[in-house]
Amino acid sequence: MSLELAGAPHLPPRRTVGDIMRDVLYAMVPAVIAHVWFFGWGIVFQIALTIAFGLVLEMLMLRARGRPLKPFINDYSVVVTAVLLALCLPPLAPWWIAATGMLFAVVIAKHLFGGLGYNLFNPAMVGFAAVIVAFPGELSNWLAPRALSPGLPTPGETLTAIFTGRLPEHLSWDAISQATPLEALRTGVQEGRLVSEIHSEPIFGDFGGRGWEWIANFYLLGGLWLIYRRVISWHVPVAVLATVIVVSLPLWLLAPDAHPSPLQHVFSGALVIAAFFIATDPVSGSATLRGRLIFGAGVAILTLAIRRFGAYPDGVAFAILLMNMLVPLIDRYTVPRAYGHRT
Amino acid sequence: MSELLPGDQLHSFPGGLKLRHHKQVSCQQPMARSSLPDHLYLPLVQHQGPPGKLLVSPGESVLKGQPLTTAEDDSQVPIHAPTSGTILAVDQLHPVSWPPGSRAACVVLAPDGDDRQASFEPLADTRPDAVVDHLNRLGLAGLGGAVFPTAAKLRGDWPGLHTVIINGAECEPWISCDEMLMRERTEAIISGGVILARTVGASQVVIALEDRMGTVEAKFARCLREQPPALPVKLRQVTTIYPEGGERQLIQVLTGREVPHQGLPQDLGVVCHNVATAAAVHDAVIEGKPLIERVVTVTGPGIAQPRNFIAALGTPIAHLVAQAGGYTGPITRLVLGGPMSGLALASDEIPVAKGTICILALTEDVLSRRQSEMPCINCGECVRVCPASLLPQQIFRHLAADNLAAAERLNLSACIECGCCAQVCPSHIPLVEHYRHGKHQLIVRQLDQRRAALARRRHEAREQRLVRERAERQARRAERKKRLSEPEQARDEIQAALERARRKQKP
Repeated sequence: MSLELAGAPHLPPRRTVGDIMRDVLYAMVPAVIAHVWFFGWGIVFQIALTIAFGLVLEMLMLRARGRPLKPFINDYSVVVTAVLLALCLPPLAPWWIAATGMLFAVVIAKHLFGGLGYNLFNPAMVGFAAVIVAFPGELSNWLAPRALSPGLPTPGETLTAIFTGRLPEHLSWDAISQATPLEALRTGVQEGRLVSEIHSEPIFGDFGGRGWEWIANFYLLGGLWLIYRRVISWHVPVAVLATVIVVSLPLWLLAPDAHPSPLQHVFSGALVIAAFFIATDPVSGSATLRGRLIFGAGVAILTLAIRRFGAYPDGVAFAILLMNMLVPLIDRYTVPRAYGHRT
Repeated sequence: MSELLPGDQLHSFPGGLKLRHHKQVSCQQPMARSSLPDHLYLPLVQHQGPPGKLLVSPGESVLKGQPLTTAEDDSQVPIHAPTSGTILAVDQLHPVSWPPGSRAACVVLAPDGDDRQASFEPLADTRPDAVVDHLNRLGLAGLGGAVFPTAAKLRGDWPGLHTVIINGAECEPWISCDEMLMRERTEAIISGGVILARTVGASQVVIALEDRMGTVEAKFARCLREQPPALPVKLRQVTTIYPEGGERQLIQVLTGREVPHQGLPQDLGVVCHNVATAAAVHDAVIEGKPLIERVVTVTGPGIAQPRNFIAALGTPIAHLVAQAGGYTGPITRLVLGGPMSGLALASDEIPVAKGTICILALTEDVLSRRQSEMPCINCGECVRVCPASLLPQQIFRHLAADNLAAAERLNLSACIECGCCAQVCPSHIPLVEHYRHGKHQLIVRQLDQRRAALARRRHEAREQRLVRERAERQARRAERKKRLSEPEQARDEIQAALERARRKQKP
């Protein structure tokens, strides 16, 4: 009889890093399906591209750093990063956008900082920030949602557009592309138009952007499932959404024609996916529960500020990266009071 | 402070885990008395503290209950012969449970089968010191697993102490020895609790049970109704969340307050004893019976017929396993205690001691791992389950970086090693081992610092002495020079010196 002398606990572990990452992927499936419904097949190809580039880069970096491949590929972390980046890209973005984004995400943000568990910044957001700064034009070519589009490209046409940049003859960029609701709102407000007037445009739905609001609903659904599964804690999403509402509500009540409504803020752009899927990235987030509340609130305030004053229509990515920088400071000042200790 | 006494209102503690409790497995059968093995191996140390002095030598025959060692103070706890027989040897290198894989001195006793008993003397004296002395003499130590000397816990004057908590919340999965004891020795537990309360001058006893212990509560209620005890005895059911049975967590649940850092439960006016200790106190005081046996759960997927045994101390674990139908097949891990905080044993030759609550045999499938150890991803699940409100992942990072000071700033020493964090860690990091190691290093470093400080003080004292002596010498020399410089005095001095020399020559 040979007996192991391992330390306690002597119970099978509840789950693995891979289990967590897979749950995050499952939680995004409904939103991806909605995305396909409203904006066509582009997102599927973008996801495939980012995953492919991500895996190749991950393997190269693991090899270069002398790390074993299997455990770090099986943890699915690079797949999660890839999908999150893809979800931020326009459906018809050229292939090299995905490649550049993943290069920054995997090589620079992740492995140069020490790999899984050591990155200071959210890799997907570093990738997105890199491409939006480098290629603002390509990243603003958003498709119009199904209801407003003369016809969404077929899968074949989508592939051609991604790899060659050519659109099928019966479609033109002008016909199928459209500013995102947030962009329309920004430019509209800057031109001095009233928010209510801008809202009457067809790209706006019931409370967010048309199509966007439904995708956001599905992100919300997936996010709630992640909370139920204890993959994420409620702190970050609640802090993000509550802060957005609390900050934008009085402004909107005072001047409804100069400021978008809280619902508008929540259901446009990347706020819901950020609240549940991106700002909840544990590695680059706060370690303490109170810290997570502060982190989420900071993301929300910075997002609103960038949406209002910044040069980019949506500032979630920059807000998250800025808050990532503050994490060590937040952690330092939010250490909980240990049992039997005074504060 | 509120007027509420502990147990009047139940509170909660942060974190903790709901675990599948697997207790029924070993509760199907009533407790059985284990047969006597051919040899009993009685470790000289079965408690937290130094061993007592050995009283017997090989070849001597002993009676059941006869002391084999003595205690000079409360930190020592004597051991007694569990049955009559002959002392064969004192094996200096018999396998014992702690530290893992180690060996220590054990008295080897060959039972003669007659079970002849030394006279057991009940204690009539109810003065606290007499009771505490008696309990120490009869070998009592905490039977919840930590085996802290009972006398050391009771000794002293505790003016503000109002409540004795009898801890029946064992809360680790698989273990059922306390539950079975509560079912079968209810009266003894109540009686022992009342004796403990009277000894420390407490005004009430609170018996804490888990809410999933079925008939136990009804049994206690009936006993209390039929034989009302001399002091108020409250029965409280606590929710079964691990580690609710931990002393500090149970106190938090019953009082809503935390035992201060580096303080004692007594600071909150309470003292906590395990149910098995209470029963043993009853046996010692009312029957005069020393601590020579205990209830041991033998269970787990690797055991054919799991059940609880009343085992003579010194019985080899293998002997109990054989009576439980043996192993079901190859086992991979033999755990002393529960699965959350128990100790993996190197062999089943290890004898039952006062702190042996449970033998858990695990098979391969229970421990199958799907992943090797991964880097911490800061998921924070450990933070959410930590009952001490620590930041386990941050402490781990500091320890991994050998930054003990930073780990201690995050209150490493408040860790109770319950294992919740390691259990939920998706990266499968053996966190508790890191904390144990870190705490150990802290202790070593504190000792080093104390030693260094002492050495520095000695060195400084020596330096000061040398300076002082030099100054004194110079002062004396200056004094003499001054006296010699004046002719009048110089003559006297010379005269005196000559006088002294002459006196020395004379005889």
